[in-house]
Amino acid sequence: MNLVAAQIVNGLAIGMLYAVMALGLSIIKGLLNVPNFAHGALFAVGAYVCYTLSTIGAPFAVALIGAFSGAALLGFLIERFGIANLTGGSYLLQVLFLFGTALVIEQILVLIYGTTGVSLVPPAMLGGAMDLGFMFLPRYLVFCALVGAFSIVAVWLLIEKTRIGSSIRAGIERREMVQCLGIDIGTLLTLGFALGAGMAGLAGGIALPLLGANATSGNDMMAIAFVVLVLGGLGSLYGAVAAGILIGVAQSLTTLVAPSASTLLIYVIMTVVLLIGPKGLFGER
Amino acid sequence: MLTLSSIDAYYGQSQALHGVSFDVAEGEILALLGRNGAGKTTTLRAIMGLNRVARGVVRFDGRVISGLPTHKIARAGVTLVPETRDAFSLLSVEENIRLGYRTGSPYTVERLLEMFPIIREFRLKKGGELSGGQQQLMVMARGLAMGPKLLLLDEPSQGLAPIMVNAVAEVLSALRRDRLTVILVEQNLRMALDVADRVVILEDGVAVDALSRAAALADPARVEKHLAVH
Repeated sequence: MNLVAAQIVNGLAIGMLYAVMALGLSIIKGLLNVPNFAHGALFAVGAYVCYTLSTIGAPFAVALIGAFSGAALLGFLIERFGIANLTGGSYLLQVLFLFGTALVIEQILVLIYGTTGVSLVPPAMLGGAMDLGFMFLPRYLVFCALVGAFSIVAVWLLIEKTRIGSSIRAGIERREMVQCLGIDIGTLLTLGFALGAGMAGLAGGIALPLLGANATSGNDMMAIAFVVLVLGGLGSLYGAVAAGILIGVAQSLTTLVAPSASTLLIYVIMTVVLLIGPKGLFGER
Repeated sequence: MLTLSSIDAYYGQSQALHGVSFDVAEGEILALLGRNGAGKTTTLRAIMGLNRVARGVVRFDGRVISGLPTHKIARAGVTLVPETRDAFSLLSVEENIRLGYRTGSPYTVERLLEMFPIIREFRLKKGGELSGGQQQLMVMARGLAMGPKLLLLDEPSQGLAPIMVNAVAEVLSALRRDRLTVILVEQNLRMALDVADRVVILEDGVAVDALSRAAALADPARVEKHLAVH
């Protein structure tokens, strides 16, 4: 029983990471109506920015802010100078552009950091484990869950309580009408993409001490984030959060009985949920 | 205040407007009438920059606005309340209205909720939870919140229950009292003539007639012949 509780706690922490990643993907998918195939590469960028800043002596918190900011800046550039210029083109062009951009980013990371990959030991205060009585919980997992929760709440406040957040929600639903209200949709899309990209980068930074990083390490995470997005329901920003946590816990519990099937389980859950209700768990459209 | 000079505009691949010209003076309510497919909605969308003006010029407040992006036309003071309503269904009624609000607009959220008592009690409900008529009032309030110099109102009474049509008519009367400049596209001829100063009639994308309200009331057949179904 203690083992099950321990896995649930572990799953919550990992699920929070999935949720951060998928929330970013959901914002981009909602606003631009394009699946961000560069999301995994942006995750890797965040991890490498975090690694670089840490190795030059920056505090871990600063490294995480750097991970968010670096990926957000890159997202800004991708949207403003890439996607925005393809809006008159086909959906396929945008998808191919993002796919190509991901490959370019990965190869640049290989050029700079090599193919071996990097890892990072968490700061001393986040090392070791907490004794919960029934289990020892790694402090870093608690940190993951807290940072994940904090960033999700921050995005929630931004989206639900600010004018720009209202504009994003309105823009997801009715792009044309938003322009009629004097809102520059181009800027809104760029900001939304940068925010989503920043969340991928933050997830990469948080995951670095857990998973390490290499140029393609974001691809697995991106696949999971897409599953979470579909499972949560396209068009539902917060469905992605709930689905992320659900997937994290389910995956973690599966490792108790069939560790090698834990990844398979993710795709089985998605398939079953879609067969039963194609809108996903919280889909509104 | 607004001048359309020989504009051609397209609806998708089809040319919907052929050299349409008319103007609207400050404080005037102009009714744009015509059958379905005559080009009324395309005219409003062309003014708003949502449909490309392929030829001709739209001037607003002395400045050429054709070719500007829609958000800049909106910031210049033109607001569209579309026939499709386009309520933001996931935002509350109040958020819908606040999203339109521009600093300095005489139509504050509080004033609008007084002007539109039917939606006041639903201010915290999501836009998507309202009836069609309530949504219509909400999007009119949202448009007014921008403090427009020119309001483009597309079929505000379309598909509404009589009580809601009356509510829309009351709002139109209030706009007339406020001397707001309005272009009104309306199938309900009586409602249009109740508030309009002038009428422009479109047929097959061409402005075929323009007359004062008094002339339209004196000779209704002159208007109705362009509205009757063939």
